[in-house]
Amino acid sequence: MTAVEQATPREQWVGQAMRRKEDPRMITGQGRYVDDLVLSGMLYMAVVRSTEAHAKVTSIDTSAAKQAPGVQGVFTGDDLKLEAPLPMVWIPPGVEVKTPETWPLAKGVVKYVGQPVAVVVGSDKYGVVDAAEQVVVEYDPLPVVVDPEKALESGSPLVHEEFGTNQTHEWSIGGGDMDAAWADADVVLERRIVNHRTAGAPIEPRACVADFRAGALTLHLTSQNPHLIRLFMSGEFGISEDKIRVIAPDVGGGFGVKIMHYPEEVIASWASRKLGRPVKWTETRSENLTSTIHGRDQIDYVKIGAKRDGTITGLECTAICDLGAYFETLTPFIPCFTGFVISGCYKIPNLKYTARGVFTNKMATDATRGAGRPEATHLIEVTVEQLAAELGMDPLELRRKNFIPKEDFPAEVAIGLVYDSGDYHGSLDKLLTHVDVDAFRSEQEQARASGKYLGIGFSTWMEICGLAPSRVVGPSGVGLQGGFYESGVVRVHASGAITAYSGTAPHGQGLDTSFAQIVADRVGTTPDQVDVIHGDTGAGPFGLGTYGSRSIAVGGESLARSAIKVAEKAKRLAAHLLEAAPEDIELADNKYSVKGSPDKGLTLAEIAGAAYVPENIPEGMEPGLEETTFYDPENFTFPFGAHACIVEVDAETGKVDVKRYVSVDDCGPAINPMLIDGQIHGGVVHAIGQALFERIHYDENGQLVTGTFVDYALPSAADVPSFETDRTETPSPVNSLGVKGVGEAGTIAASASITNAVIDALRPLGVNYIDMPLTPQRVWSAIHEAGTATTGEVSHDPGKQGGDWDGHGSGSAGSGPTSPSEGGGS
Amino acid sequence: MTRVSMAVNGVRYDQDVEPRLLLVHFLRDTLGLTGTHVGCDTSNCGACTVHLDGDAVKSCTVLAVQADGAEVTTIEGMGAEDDLHPMQEAFWNNHGLQCGYCTPGMIMAASDLLNKNPDPSEEEVREALAGNLCRCTGYHNIVKAVLDAAKASKGVPA
Repeated sequence: MTAVEQATPREQWVGQAMRRKEDPRMITGQGRYVDDLVLSGMLYMAVVRSTEAHAKVTSIDTSAAKQAPGVQGVFTGDDLKLEAPLPMVWIPPGVEVKTPETWPLAKGVVKYVGQPVAVVVGSDKYGVVDAAEQVVVEYDPLPVVVDPEKALESGSPLVHEEFGTNQTHEWSIGGGDMDAAWADADVVLERRIVNHRTAGAPIEPRACVADFRAGALTLHLTSQNPHLIRLFMSGEFGISEDKIRVIAPDVGGGFGVKIMHYPEEVIASWASRKLGRPVKWTETRSENLTSTIHGRDQIDYVKIGAKRDGTITGLECTAICDLGAYFETLTPFIPCFTGFVISGCYKIPNLKYTARGVFTNKMATDATRGAGRPEATHLIEVTVEQLAAELGMDPLELRRKNFIPKEDFPAEVAIGLVYDSGDYHGSLDKLLTHVDVDAFRSEQEQARASGKYLGIGFSTWMEICGLAPSRVVGPSGVGLQGGFYESGVVRVHASGAITAYSGTAPHGQGLDTSFAQIVADRVGTTPDQVDVIHGDTGAGPFGLGTYGSRSIAVGGESLARSAIKVAEKAKRLAAHLLEAAPEDIELADNKYSVKGSPDKGLTLAEIAGAAYVPENIPEGMEPGLEETTFYDPENFTFPFGAHACIVEVDAETGKVDVKRYVSVDDCGPAINPMLIDGQIHGGVVHAIGQALFERIHYDENGQLVTGTFVDYALPSAADVPSFETDRTETPSPVNSLGVKGVGEAGTIAASASITNAVIDALRPLGVNYIDMPLTPQRVWSAIHEAGTATTGEVSHDPGKQGGDWDGHGSGSAGSGPTSPSEGGGS
Repeated sequence: MTRVSMAVNGVRYDQDVEPRLLLVHFLRDTLGLTGTHVGCDTSNCGACTVHLDGDAVKSCTVLAVQADGAEVTTIEGMGAEDDLHPMQEAFWNNHGLQCGYCTPGMIMAASDLLNKNPDPSEEEVREALAGNLCRCTGYHNIVKAVLDAAKASKGVPA
């Protein structure tokens, strides 16, 4: 690291709010997304999906569909022969994970609504949809289970008979002594917190164009990690990776759901090989909601102990994780992320987190924006405010009392992870320069007098990202079956123009711009001279993709290191040309010159010219000017921040209005502050969506009720305010850029502050706890029931799955189910 | 098949189409104007928004035959890279886009707003864009862009 630190230049472009290089094509309609692609002879594919949540497939009659105009093939699970099933890549040492075999097309049985059963491939886009309607599938229904807690009861219908249970696995992490935690506590509080199922819902649905010809496959795919998809496809088709090229062109948002390897891209590739023609498949929005992975869906049983003075003695959480019927690429692993950050910003000596995975007759859950960490923040930050109310303490004071102090960093927490850097008091202090809590409290008081219910809620959050050290997350560590480095190539052309290749695969993050800023500073050029190529296995080395807020901290660092290596070689060559010693060459103002003689410097273009026409280069130096780095970090990075939300609740209708949202986030030194703000805005609205509007809901028969955007309510511009964002900058010691990552921060932070604000608003009405989504009906019901209850504490089961459908949430509402068992500890 | 005739971005097209062909597919598949996107199929997301005789419409909910005789403007007709429409410029300046998928529809809806209300309040912008969903930006910079464009081109019709 020392060499890298020494080589780090004065930043000229890094830190600037540069307009994006990506934008000109996107604002003029010249972006190229997968569905825009048309290949000569291309066919279209439509998918016949299960209408049953659990059934034997007794017959599939494809005869009418095969006769339909333009149809070239109708295929079922019997036709599709592959070398391997779809992969699930988590094999944790010492933990048995019951993993069903997952094939792209159902083989005799279906286990969730939307499961692919057959495909129709033909020459007309509308015609294949018509023909798919003519495929007659007969089902013999089997018992269905949709409620994960009922699925764990003995006698429950089994999703996979062969396992004899619906529990997929149990995984724990912890540290300290939980008996001591409860013995030391004056107050022990328990809550059952439902973090309901949501959809990632990028506005671009999934799509692919598969072109299998002459023994080689080119697959254009809406993907966050084309290199891994290539590796997986190589196994399924029994051909080596060099015969497969996966290209993710412009990708219209991912939010995690385009990490995974899905059945449709395999089927389309297989059909292309079978029919000798390119095959395009484009998902409808309804398919996106039934058959693209969902997120969250944990029921968190949380127990926290504290002394009267607010010192937290222990935290325990058992998460019941509804994983759906089959695993997608990472499904059972995602709840681990909740455990990795189970203590949040707090110094808690005794911790235990247990995830119990459960099969139900639903689509798989997997990573959506935040992937397990929004669940962690939500459960910790809501519980901390619940505890503050129980103790009669100011919730910010309670937080401050338990924050890991700045001087403790790098800080090892009880579960054994080492947080890289942090200043939790600092971000909260800065937040409070924007939010006058005392002034709000008097406004709140006055508003109540006139029948208006205002509330304020906080979230002091942290997360883990920068995935990360291969030795920690790899096969013998956490058990993911791969490494988690990133590749970066900086290729200076003879003219001095640069192509930078990254193994990441961005889909809105603006990495063409931020990567160009990083490279430009390090080699001495301008960002407009740096073209960033990503998302193509045919260009640049193997890479791990974009997810887990890793692209800057791992991919950016990888390019930074390659750029520094290029600059080192450029200095050696400049020294040779200027007849000076390499150590006397400095790079300043985009010139490589001898210290003290800035006028006689050489530009990168001049040096590149000399490197590519190598008539006069130092003895032993190779021609060309290009460097490659595979960077595997020493540790994760741990971003953090403090958010405040002010809401107004209409007690007559239950409608929640977010009046103000203020955030202070710390993702290390900014590469491009404009992009950081953009990530925070979008991330917070993603969380507002979950907190107030969105819910994937299956009825008791396993039918998806929220199958279109008419029923699955994404927030619109009219539903959210403008945001007040600020930052602190605490460098990470892990990488030379000091960066931590920001793509998921807003989503990880925000649902707790919104929920806490709503609870704060509703306390005078007797509501002390409520689960998301805080839809008008749920809030209204909670107010109504609290008003009619004999005590202020309403105890029943919120968000019960498989129950009544009320439009946006379940009919049940109200405060948490548990009475705090307080006083005396054990 | 039915004959339709329409001017798209100032170019006249005469085509035989299936009566059920959606305008968005006519634009994308028949004419190759792929800047107009499809995001939801139910008229909720607005990624397919174009101007039909000067009004913003969701082209996934209009049949090509309904546009017979009409003038259609798509994102490709708004401005080129070297000659951007003020709304395009404002989206660029204000980081009003991330993945760019909703952006063409968002720009078409926003420019329709300014054509009709050249000086909208923030609330009016938010209401006018409520039929266009964006999952990336949280709308903050989109709203800022539209207000910025209004300032830049006050009174100048798009």
